[in-house]
Amino acid sequence: MGSISLKQVSKVFGDTTVIPGLDLQIEEGEFVVFVGPSGCGKSTLLRLIAGLEDVSGGVIEIDGRDATTIAPAKRGLAMVFQSYALYPHMSVRKNIGFPLKMAKMDKAEIDRKVEGAASVLNLTDYLERRPGQLSGGQRQRVAIGRAIVRDPAAFLFDEPLSNLDAALRVNMRLEISELHQQLQTTMIYVTHDQVEAMTMADKIVVLQAGRIEQVGSPLDLYHKPRNRFVAGFIGSPKMNFIEGAEAARHDAAAIGIRPEHLSLSKTEGDWKGTVGVAEHLGSDTFLHLNVDDIGAMTARASGEFDVSHGDRIFLSPRADKIHRFGADGNAIP
Amino acid sequence: MSTRQTRTAARLMMSPAVVLLLGWMIIPLSMTIYFSFLRYNLLMPGTEEWAGLMNYRFFLTDPAFFSAMGNTLLLVGGVLTITVLGGIALGLLLDQPFFGQGIVRILVIAPFFVMPTVSALVWKNMFMNPVNGLFAHAAKFLGMQPYDFLAVSPLFSIILIVAWQWLPFSTLILLTALQSLDSEQKEASEMDGAGPVSQFIHIVLPHLSRAITVVILIQTIFLLSVFAEILVTTNGGPGYASTNITYLVYAQSLLQFDVGGGSAGGIVAVILANIVAIFLMRMIGKNLEV
Ligand SMILES: Nc1ncnc2c1ncn2[C@@H]1O[C@H](COP(=O)(O)OP(=O)(O)OP(=O)(O)O)[C@@H](O)[C@H]1O
Ligand SMILES: [Mg+2]
Repeated sequence: MGSISLKQVSKVFGDTTVIPGLDLQIEEGEFVVFVGPSGCGKSTLLRLIAGLEDVSGGVIEIDGRDATTIAPAKRGLAMVFQSYALYPHMSVRKNIGFPLKMAKMDKAEIDRKVEGAASVLNLTDYLERRPGQLSGGQRQRVAIGRAIVRDPAAFLFDEPLSNLDAALRVNMRLEISELHQQLQTTMIYVTHDQVEAMTMADKIVVLQAGRIEQVGSPLDLYHKPRNRFVAGFIGSPKMNFIEGAEAARHDAAAIGIRPEHLSLSKTEGDWKGTVGVAEHLGSDTFLHLNVDDIGAMTARASGEFDVSHGDRIFLSPRADKIHRFGADGNAIP
Repeated sequence: MSTRQTRTAARLMMSPAVVLLLGWMIIPLSMTIYFSFLRYNLLMPGTEEWAGLMNYRFFLTDPAFFSAMGNTLLLVGGVLTITVLGGIALGLLLDQPFFGQGIVRILVIAPFFVMPTVSALVWKNMFMNPVNGLFAHAAKFLGMQPYDFLAVSPLFSIILIVAWQWLPFSTLILLTALQSLDSEQKEASEMDGAGPVSQFIHIVLPHLSRAITVVILIQTIFLLSVFAEILVTTNGGPGYASTNITYLVYAQSLLQFDVGGGSAGGIVAVILANIVAIFLMRMIGKNLEV
């Protein structure tokens, strides 16, 4: 239960093509994360899978069955919206039980399932409250509860944590990962957040302008980005790109080196630079440097690295961590 | 300290308005109450004298009073039913995207801008007239007897006219309420398996409940005092068939020149309106709480 495959799926709004035609295979039980810049069509793709938008072309198969024209409710998918979309006039109990009530399940059975979901999500004490009387995290959990009770073939999440504060976000991230471990249900998750994508995903799909740039495991994308876009998009702080003579020395139009793959030294190294802003986080130090003959770069030293604005330091890239890109932006193996 | 000062200042600044409003309300009210205890007939000036509760006794035991009260409730209830149901239906229709939406919306609102006397006259002479009215023509075209609306079922005809005037108001309020429904909620319910009907019952209607409450409360206030439509069309007749309390007060005090009786009727109307208001707030007021 829960494999989804998209075949040449495309979406056109009026005369703007949002998704030009895309193939994607999502295996049963996988946690797939869609990432990409704002407006690249992540939400649209998710809504196409959910059935909230009609495809302009192509085929969506769920569990090997053509689901392209099936109504949203019949696809067996559950969606958690960014705004949670709880029903404000219903208690938490009614909210979670709503899909079951619509499925004409009998009352005792609904109660049993709702209470089961509530205990998984720590909502038992809040069942009689209205959504307006809950905190953001609790509302989020109600929205997830409403999805769980349906026993869906797959969960769809559209930026579910973006309305929460940083600490709660970390919590909910763990809870959702935990839930995935427990249920082993396919999950498709849209996010802007690097950390969410890297930590939760079995498979990341990087989108740009409705096209898939690369699909792979988080570490795959980190170590072997297929092109400059993916290289720049995955990883934080962003990869440094160097063009010109320095790139030519490596037989490439551009080379990329991640901030964490630059060794810093006060005495010797390949390149010499001036420290601009130094961000001391305690566990790490991010340095924004101006490197002679190359330009602006970011470097990351683990632990404390005692420099301040205007200091001159040396840095050398780790040779095996240099990514080379051709003139077309694709990676050179 | 600073809040205390601004509060005092605010009270000072507001007091002229409050005094004005209070005077505006208190003076006519107390004069009405005073008159209601007098034997005061304009045909016999100078003979005013204290009458105690006589005016009230006459007004409340008058058979016309009970039929007027029934008519008032029928009028209010009938118009509310038509406008709320019609308003929801029209709101749902107008909420759909269609060609010429802007123009149609303005047209729907138009009746609200027509004066009650004018619209009542138009209905009386152009639509309901048994000889020249459009309805009569339509009936004749279909080979049926024309129906003399205002003579045969006067109260129902007035309900129709008033409902026609108030339909735009409820449509407008309910339409804006419909438009404020979060589309993600609709989509969520769609994914939860709610068809159009259960979506309407479980999502849309509860969302509208507050707007419906506002429509009912505001309309009730105005509908309790419908007057022009009755004066222009039926004059409260035949008999007392279309007389409501407001019209009865008018008939008492101005047609019979009995200021004392009319004032008593006015006070009774005020008390009745308050009873209706209390009932309404009890029944649906909780919808307005956040
Ligand atoms: N109903 C619509 N009509 C026309 N264009 C639309 C519609 N919905 C989305 N679009 C366009 O489709 C593109 C993709 O939108 P989408 O919401 O999928 O982006 P996204 O990747 O989810 O962005 P974000 O990360 O900001 O949420 C955008 O350029 C948007 O303007
Ligand atoms: Mg989006």
